[in-house]
Amino acid sequence: MTLFDDYLLLLLSVVTALGAVFVRDLLSGVLTLAAYSFFLALLWAGLGAVDVAFTEAVVGAGLSTLFFLVALFLTSHQEEVRKRLQVRMVTLVGLGVLGFLLLFGSVDLPVVGDPESLPSKHVSSHYLRKSLEETGTPNVVTAVLADYRGFDTLGETTVIFTAGIGCWMLLRRRDDSAT
Amino acid sequence: MIRPHDSVIVHTLARVFTPIIQLFALYVLIHGHDSPGGGFQAGTLFAASVILPVIAFGIQGSLAVLERRAIILGAVGILLYAGIGLLPLILGGEFLNYGELPIPGMETSTRRHWGILGIETGVTLTVAATAVSIYYSLRERGEEEEK
Repeated sequence: MTLFDDYLLLLLSVVTALGAVFVRDLLSGVLTLAAYSFFLALLWAGLGAVDVAFTEAVVGAGLSTLFFLVALFLTSHQEEVRKRLQVRMVTLVGLGVLGFLLLFGSVDLPVVGDPESLPSKHVSSHYLRKSLEETGTPNVVTAVLADYRGFDTLGETTVIFTAGIGCWMLLRRRDDSAT
Repeated sequence: MIRPHDSVIVHTLARVFTPIIQLFALYVLIHGHDSPGGGFQAGTLFAASVILPVIAFGIQGSLAVLERRAIILGAVGILLYAGIGLLPLILGGEFLNYGELPIPGMETSTRRHWGILGIETGVTLTVAATAVSIYYSLRERGEEEEK
C-alpha cells in the first residue's frame, strides 16, 4: 500500500469520526462510527498490523455497532435536546496544549520499521527470530500474545469477563434479583 | 423491543450466513498460529453467529437458555486458560510455561503450539459468552421495560 492510500484512509477516518459526532440522527451516528472503525481497520492493515485490523473490524465495526444499535432500540433515534456547540475557553486552551504536547512528543518517535530504533533492539528481535523454533508458531503476533506475554492475555480475558458480569448484574431482570 | 424480521431475504441470508460465520470462526481459531486472528477474533465471530439468528428469527427455546446461561461459559473459558497455565506450575515449571505441559512424546515447541491453541480456545469461549451475554442482557431489559 502506498503512502497516498494511507493518507486517504486517515482522512476518511477523520471525516467519518467528525460525522459521527455531528450527525443529528443517532442511528446514522452509530453507522458512521462503524464506517470509521472500518476505515481504521483498513489503515491498520495498510500499516502491516493485520491482527489489529482484524480485531478492529470484528469488534469496532461489528460487535460494538450491534450493541449501540440494540441500546438505541431501547431509547429513541433522535436527540431530544440539540445542544448548541458551545466551546469553553478552558477546553479550547487545554486541547490546544494537549495537541501541541502530543505533536511535540511524536517528533522523537522512530520511523516505522526502523531496525535501529530502541523497541526493535529489545526483546522483539528475539521473538521474530526464535518464535517458530521455540513455539512452533509462524504468526509471531499469536506467539507473543498467547505465549511470551500469556499472562497479559489472561488479564485481558479476565477484564472482558468482568465487563460481561457487570452488564449481567446491571441489566438482568429485576424479578431475578429480588429472590 | 426487537421483533423478528418477517422478510424472506433476511431469513434466507441469516440461514446461509450463520454456518459460514461459525466455520470461519473455527478456522480463525485453529489457524491463528499461521494467519491473522486468534481467540479474540474467533470469539467475536462465534458471538455474531449466535446473535444473527436471534435478530432474524427471534428468540427460540434452546437459544434462550444458552443466552441466559452464557456468562457461565465465560467463566469456563477463564478457568480453561488459567488451568492450562497452572498445570506446568504444579508440575514444577513456571506459570503459563506450556513447554512443561505433560503431553508425552512431543518436542517442547510442539507442546507450546498445543498450549497456545488451548488457551486461545479459552479466550474464544470467554469472549463469545461475554458478547452473547451482554446482547441478551440489553435486549431482555428492553422487553422488560415494554411491559
